[in-house]
Amino acid sequence: MKKMNKSIYLVVVLTVTAAISGGILAYFDSFTSKRIADFQKSEQVKSVQVVLPGSVTSESKMLDGVEFFIGKDDAGKPVGVAFVATGAGFQSTIKVLVGMDPTMQTILAMKIMEQAETPGLGTKIVNDQTNKTNPGWFIKQFENLSVANGISYLKGQKPSKPGEIQAITGATVSSAAVVNLLNASITSNREIFLKSGVK
Amino acid sequence: MSTGKVTVWKDFAKGLWDENPSLRMLLGCCPTLAMTTSAINGFSMGIAVIFTLICSSAIISLMRNLIPKEVRIATYIIIISTFVTVVDRTMAAFLPAISKAMGPFIPLIVVNCIILGRAEAFASKNTVGRSIIDAMGMSIGFTLTLTFLGSLRELIGAGTIFSFQIMPESFIPWAVIVLPPGAFLMLGLIIGTVNWLNTQITKKTAH
Repeated sequence: MKKMNKSIYLVVVLTVTAAISGGILAYFDSFTSKRIADFQKSEQVKSVQVVLPGSVTSESKMLDGVEFFIGKDDAGKPVGVAFVATGAGFQSTIKVLVGMDPTMQTILAMKIMEQAETPGLGTKIVNDQTNKTNPGWFIKQFENLSVANGISYLKGQKPSKPGEIQAITGATVSSAAVVNLLNASITSNREIFLKSGVK
Repeated sequence: MSTGKVTVWKDFAKGLWDENPSLRMLLGCCPTLAMTTSAINGFSMGIAVIFTLICSSAIISLMRNLIPKEVRIATYIIIISTFVTVVDRTMAAFLPAISKAMGPFIPLIVVNCIILGRAEAFASKNTVGRSIIDAMGMSIGFTLTLTFLGSLRELIGAGTIFSFQIMPESFIPWAVIVLPPGAFLMLGLIIGTVNWLNTQITKKTAH
């Protein structure tokens, strides 16, 4: 051992350590990767059920590079279609799962999947702690909202016309970001989905 | 036997106060500042560090006579990253909500200077038993600090601790405390308080 060339010894030590480490990780991956994938899938199914109220099953379809989830009730009747929309927020990427009726004229419900907006201000798009009785009021405004003519937002006043929502005071940029990403993705996805004729 | 007990306690306790990694040595500031937006985040970060530090210290101490000094850092990093990956995957598989909140900070434990620091300063020179005791003291000291800092920031910034409402309904949360500047403010205040306490203790013992 002592006689072994120094530089060869260095290579041997590093190689053996890396090989053992790789072996441990490969073994470990064999039983965690399935669980992680299963979890992500079950999360997705659960989320689709939330944004498509009344659906019990959902299947995913790739159309023109966009993934659509088609939710059906227990009689096999389509309840609606859901898709993931992303857009730039105030300081993070906002990712929303949107559930719409089969003709894509009305939002049934939606769920913010990912965001890292300013805590206490932009995060009110998910959870407004100053509104103790209804912390999810911002998202709830989109339930059963007609989007035939797009969505617009109002500052500091209650919406009166269809397709209008109220922006969050102190988080106009985040509120507008959600509206804009919805408008853009609904218009393009509606075209793809209705043209494909999938039901 | 009694002297043996004293050294074990000394090896363990120095991480809690005298050589507390975050408050006295100012190591691992990146996770300390970034992961203490709430008590649970700070605590989870600490648990991940406890596991990684104890395992990597044990292995590095076991291999201390085999690792040539020219490639010691590279070898340490391989060992540390193995355990960090194990923690990362386990959290993603079993605690997905926390794993999501921690984002890139779990993989970043690989380059956390507390772990590399203990490997270099302690585990590479001492027996496995002492290294494990040292790692326990350091990582528990780190966890306690992060949980305390996280609780304080969550209390002022959101009015809750571990999501339990503490402040009265009328309390308006100071959002700045859970933002990055708040992390610096609160950590600075805590370090200042600890330094002041230490001078008081030294004064008392001098008398």
